[in-house]
Amino acid sequence: MVPLHWYMVLSVVVFAIGVFGFLSRRNIIIMFMSIELMLNAVNINLISMSHYLQDLRGQILAFFVIAVAAAEAAIGLAIVIALFRNKATAHVDEMKEMQG
Amino acid sequence: MIQQLFFAYFAVAITVFSLLVVTRKNPVHSVMWMLLLFFHIASLYLFLNAEFMAAIQIIVYAGGILVLFLFAVLLVNIKDEMKISKFIGAAPTGFTFAVGLLVVVIMSIRSFVAAPPGIYSIEVIKQQTHTKALGMLLYTEFLYPFEVASLILLVAIIGAIVLAKRRLKG
Repeated sequence: MVPLHWYMVLSVVVFAIGVFGFLSRRNIIIMFMSIELMLNAVNINLISMSHYLQDLRGQILAFFVIAVAAAEAAIGLAIVIALFRNKATAHVDEMKEMQG
Repeated sequence: MIQQLFFAYFAVAITVFSLLVVTRKNPVHSVMWMLLLFFHIASLYLFLNAEFMAAIQIIVYAGGILVLFLFAVLLVNIKDEMKISKFIGAAPTGFTFAVGLLVVVIMSIRSFVAAPPGIYSIEVIKQQTHTKALGMLLYTEFLYPFEVASLILLVAIIGAIVLAKRRLKG
C-alpha cells in the first residue's frame, strides 16, 4: 500500500514546478501551461485524498477544478489572441504599458 | 512492493515531464511533453480507483485543452523564439520562491492528520460502480454547484468570443 504522504509530496513537487514556470518563463503560452500544471497538482492531491479518506467529495471537487480549468484555458488563450492582435508578441517582458 | 514500484515510476515520470514542460525552449515541444504528462496523471488516477476521473482527464485535458494550446502556439514565431532566452530576468527570484514553497509545504505535510474515513470504501464503490456513485452524489448533493459550473462554462464561451473577435470598422 502506497502511503498518502507520497501522493502529497508528488503533488507539491508538481505544484512547485508550475509556480517556477509561471514566475520565470518569457512566453505567455508556457505561463498558461504552468497554470494547468498547478491545477493538475491540486487534482492529484484531491483524488488521492478522496481515495484514502474513502469519500467521493474530493473527486467531485476535482471535477469542478477540471471544468474551471477548461474555462480558464479558453478565456486565457482568447486574451493571448487579443494581445497578439495589438502587440504581435507573446513575451511578457515586452508588455509594459501599465508601468508595472 | 509492486505498488510502490508502479507509484515510483509514475512519480518520477510526472516530475520529469513537468520539468520538461517548463524548461523546453520550443513551445510545441512543451505541449507534446504535456500530453505525455496528462496521460501519466490519468494512469495515476486509475491507480487510485478513480476511472471516471481518468477518462475525464484524457477527454478534457488531452483532447480539449491541449488542442487549444496547440492552436495558440501556432501564433508564435518559433524562429524568433529559438533566438532569445526563454527565461525573464527575474527567473532566480521565481526559482527561489518555488523552492521555498516546496520546502515549507513538505515540512508541513508531516503534521497532517487524516480525517476518519467516510462511507465510500472500495467495496461500496465496487458494488455501485464508480461512475454511478459519483453521478449520484453529483446530481443530488452537488446539483447546485453543478449548475453554477455550467454557467461558468457559458460565461467562458461568450467571453472567449468577445475577447477574440475582430473589432468592427467604424
